[in-house]
Amino acid sequence: MANKRLAGFVITCLSLGGPLLSNDALAGVLPEDRADLLYFRYEGGGVTISGPSMLVRKSIGEHVSVQANYYIDMVSSASVDVETSASPYEDERTQSSLSADFLFGKSTYSIGYVNSDESDYQAKTLFMGVSHDMFGDLTTISFNYKSGKNDVFRNVKIDDAKVNDPTFHEKMDSKSYSVGISQIVTKNLILSGQYEVVTDEGFLRSPYRSVRFFIDPFNQGRQDEIYPNTRSSNAASIRAKYFLPYRAAVDTMYRFYTDTWGVVGHTAELGYVHPLDNAHWGGNWIFEGRLHYYTQTKADFYQDIFPRADFANFMARDKELATYNAYTLGVNATYEFKIERFPWLTKGQLNLRYDHMTVNYDDFRDARFSLGSFGTLPDEPFDPGTEPLYKLDADMYQFFISAFF
Amino acid sequence: MRTRGLLVLSLAVLSVGCSSIEPWVKPYDRENLADPIMAFTRAPISQDFLDHVFESREGSRGATGAGGGGCGCN
Repeated sequence: MANKRLAGFVITCLSLGGPLLSNDALAGVLPEDRADLLYFRYEGGGVTISGPSMLVRKSIGEHVSVQANYYIDMVSSASVDVETSASPYEDERTQSSLSADFLFGKSTYSIGYVNSDESDYQAKTLFMGVSHDMFGDLTTISFNYKSGKNDVFRNVKIDDAKVNDPTFHEKMDSKSYSVGISQIVTKNLILSGQYEVVTDEGFLRSPYRSVRFFIDPFNQGRQDEIYPNTRSSNAASIRAKYFLPYRAAVDTMYRFYTDTWGVVGHTAELGYVHPLDNAHWGGNWIFEGRLHYYTQTKADFYQDIFPRADFANFMARDKELATYNAYTLGVNATYEFKIERFPWLTKGQLNLRYDHMTVNYDDFRDARFSLGSFGTLPDEPFDPGTEPLYKLDADMYQFFISAFF
Repeated sequence: MRTRGLLVLSLAVLSVGCSSIEPWVKPYDRENLADPIMAFTRAPISQDFLDHVFESREGSRGATGAGGGGCGCN
């Protein structure tokens, strides 16, 4: 029951392998060999997600680089949606991926496969792409394609055991096409842009979530969400990174998003990377700060509470389809080291990162004030539609170790 | 007809460009760009996790230019 973002979630956020979208300044080379081990924890809105992730990238000869990733999400959820309609649950999702990059002259070809499994959602995705360096390696263009097949199930409780509902099995297919360009502008400035189209077809809503509607001004009822069977989106982004007059870097990003459901989103990010020089703490530390801002307008068929049952052909109450804005502030500290006994280890890194996210919803109310929590009504329930607006605060912790060889 | 003309013109410009554009930032001038702090994604495994979170908490998707995958929980 962990994965409720059905709209092409896995397919839109796959790791594409190194060279395709990394836009790094050094063109025409394969990514460096490295191994990473990460532990993460997300806490917010009654949801805790934690787990490890392992990533290994290794070159084979001068023309091939392979990458493998294994990732586990352990989810414990009593979110606001769950509190008002179900009982808390725990679930686990595992994702494994394998990809390879082939470098021939100025071109890099990539292909990969991702498999994601959880108790009520299975996703299999194939991706491929090509990038090419030109104009003295100042410019890199890339084209990418992804195709995903997803199976959606619904869990039910029978004798306290969680099993798939044998009467429920839906499918969702997703495809993505993107084009990107990376441009070295000066010896200190690099720009990149990307445009991506994603199309989804099939079962796109959550099999658990419901909408609410007025029975009368003081009473509300609920029914299943009704979604369109297709969704197409367009996203365009531009980012820049600049090397400052002293050894530090600043970067910025903007993305515009629109889709056929009426959602219009704006994303902006500002980051700063500051390594300490040898005169400070041995020159082994790198610090980073990042501000991420997001805002969107609601989907055409979203409403916090509908005027009556079966009000429209499509009805949604997913808070990610509401109108809201969000801020995420993150800091990262990196400690770099070498180990004399392991000459094959070019460099090691210990990293500690913390991010805090605040989401302010403009038209998603906290229905716990009227519906209660897990079937227990509040002492003084609010009338439907008068509850306070919902706000989400989340803390994210990451600890990871990286080895370059 | 106009579309075909534009296509021919574009190809002509591109072919001229391929043959005559001199890289204005020489390879030996790219020391700063090659510094690891200039990578758009310094730690892919960490960026993947953050992209999971943003992807599940934001209605937008795509064109992020970085990795991801993960849980989009309610």
